[in-house]
Amino acid sequence: MSWITARRRHPAAGYAVVLLGLIAIGIVYAAFTAPGSPASAAAPAAARQDIAEGQALFARTCATCHGMNAQGTSAGPSLIGVGAAAVDFQVSTGRMPAAEIGAEMDRKPPRFGAKQTHELAAYIASLGGGPAIPAPEQVAAAGANVALGQQLFITNCAQCHNFVGAGGALTYGKYAPPLTASTPTQIYEAMLTGPEAMPLFNDSTITPSEKRDIAAYVTETRAEPNPGGFSLGRVGPVTEGIVVWLGGIGLLVASAWWIAAKRREQA
Amino acid sequence: MSETGEYPDDLQHGSGGLAEAEDQAGQTRAPHRVIGTPSPAEAHILLATEHPDAAPPVPRELPADPPDLVKAKRAERVVATLFILAMLSGFAFIASYVGFPVHTVDRVLRSNLALGTSLTLSLLFLGAGTVIWVRQLMPDVELTEQRKPLASPENDRQAFAQTFKEGADASQFIKRPVLRRTLIAATVPLGLAPVLLLRDMGPLPRTSLRHTAWRKGTRLVISGTNRPLRPADFDSPGGMITVIPEGYQDNDVELAKAATIIIKFAPGQLQPPTVMNWTVDNIVAYSKICTHVGCPVALYEQTTHHILCPCHQSTFDATKGATVLFGPASRPLPQLPITTDAAGYLVAQSDYHEPVGPSFWERG
Repeated sequence: MSWITARRRHPAAGYAVVLLGLIAIGIVYAAFTAPGSPASAAAPAAARQDIAEGQALFARTCATCHGMNAQGTSAGPSLIGVGAAAVDFQVSTGRMPAAEIGAEMDRKPPRFGAKQTHELAAYIASLGGGPAIPAPEQVAAAGANVALGQQLFITNCAQCHNFVGAGGALTYGKYAPPLTASTPTQIYEAMLTGPEAMPLFNDSTITPSEKRDIAAYVTETRAEPNPGGFSLGRVGPVTEGIVVWLGGIGLLVASAWWIAAKRREQA
Repeated sequence: MSETGEYPDDLQHGSGGLAEAEDQAGQTRAPHRVIGTPSPAEAHILLATEHPDAAPPVPRELPADPPDLVKAKRAERVVATLFILAMLSGFAFIASYVGFPVHTVDRVLRSNLALGTSLTLSLLFLGAGTVIWVRQLMPDVELTEQRKPLASPENDRQAFAQTFKEGADASQFIKRPVLRRTLIAATVPLGLAPVLLLRDMGPLPRTSLRHTAWRKGTRLVISGTNRPLRPADFDSPGGMITVIPEGYQDNDVELAKAATIIIKFAPGQLQPPTVMNWTVDNIVAYSKICTHVGCPVALYEQTTHHILCPCHQSTFDATKGATVLFGPASRPLPQLPITTDAAGYLVAQSDYHEPVGPSFWERG
């Protein structure tokens, strides 16, 4: 202790105490933050760098609608507290930046790569709270309980997204998008953040492992074979009915016509 | 008169070169019988018998050959090709039945596809061939056929009536009313038995349509995982989840009535006629059974707070007691009174206060 006592009035002592305190806070924060979180203090310098890059990117491409400080404007909602998962979902599916404001934001090729998306997510996450981007092992299909995933999907998702994730219509031009191109991470993030009209399913209602099961069901269903070659969108009786009525019955009527038609007079 | 048993020359229509060639070829062969036609031997005898008193042959009603023999030959080839294809498809059907293994979903899909395709093609080729045969090769003439009267001659009818009456007398059916009546009585219960089967359409629903499995203190558990929920677990506004009464996860009959959705709102969003005493912490519970025809109504838009029915697009306003905004439903979704129990979990305060689901006659 005499070592500390002797140096406590040293000009650098104050700085040393502040530094020690910051390191301690950093370690505690790292211990309490989920691994894989982009805002993790494990690499504080890199994270700060990401946040700064993300902020610059945000100011250039997002601030017109969402405000310079992501506080929201009449054209776009506040992004404070939406979390990294919401940003990753919107940007990686190409919905944001939006080309135009419509009833529903369409999925399109993403404008930003993985690094820029990550930086934007880090910036928004740094504004406070919100769910983090799920780690790859949180969405891995291996070991997922697909049967439970199906049960939960049919109960909570299928009424809008159709039982194989083919999507469906909502009110006033809105629609539940098809899940045919969604990655497991995007499915997980959508459940967690509830983009647009979609209700959200937090981790205490549908647990992370159950979310993984649901994502595994959606991806596994895509691989189901269509031996006849005509899936008809897999949306069930509506398209099948149209095909039967227009195609099948049309064919029968044409056949009946052909069978009963009067033969042309021989020349 | 032809020795091969063909129709007499003078009755042959369309004296093309083809028919003559066939006649000449036929001379070298023994007479043979074509399937489904009268025996050529008989025909030979009948036609070869030179009876001096024989009536002159009746002129043909139908032409024996189509007018355009070249076209007929082409049609014949088409029809024969279709019949061969039908035969091959038929064999393919048998081969598919034998060859395609089943017992897994994928294999059954493939087996069904092969069976369906081959049988469809077989019947299609057979039908198409038949229709072309009829249209291109068979004559298209209208015939009037004179019929004999349908009624039997008067003598036969009188004889039959007499036999019937004698039989009735001889059987003693008329003379002995006791026998007749007891016989009829014996068949009455057998005749009534089918009426009794209607009873198996019951039992009558009585009051079961007015009640669900929800009771005071029944916990709301998440459908699928059967986990109870605390209000703190369901704390994200915009959240929605399907819940069922605890302990009924395997009771489909009760679940068909008791399925419920709970929705979390931000403070101040819920308005009358939502019964605020029946909500917990801005969590409201509505029946998931549409009041129109009972579809599971759970398309929830968290931006507009509309609940949609996927079957007929009935739209309910979740912030205002699920009142009907649009569509064929005529009543709001019933609201389930909820509260929390001592352990802090969401429970029902009671059953629904009105019948859930579609209307029924006695609902009132």
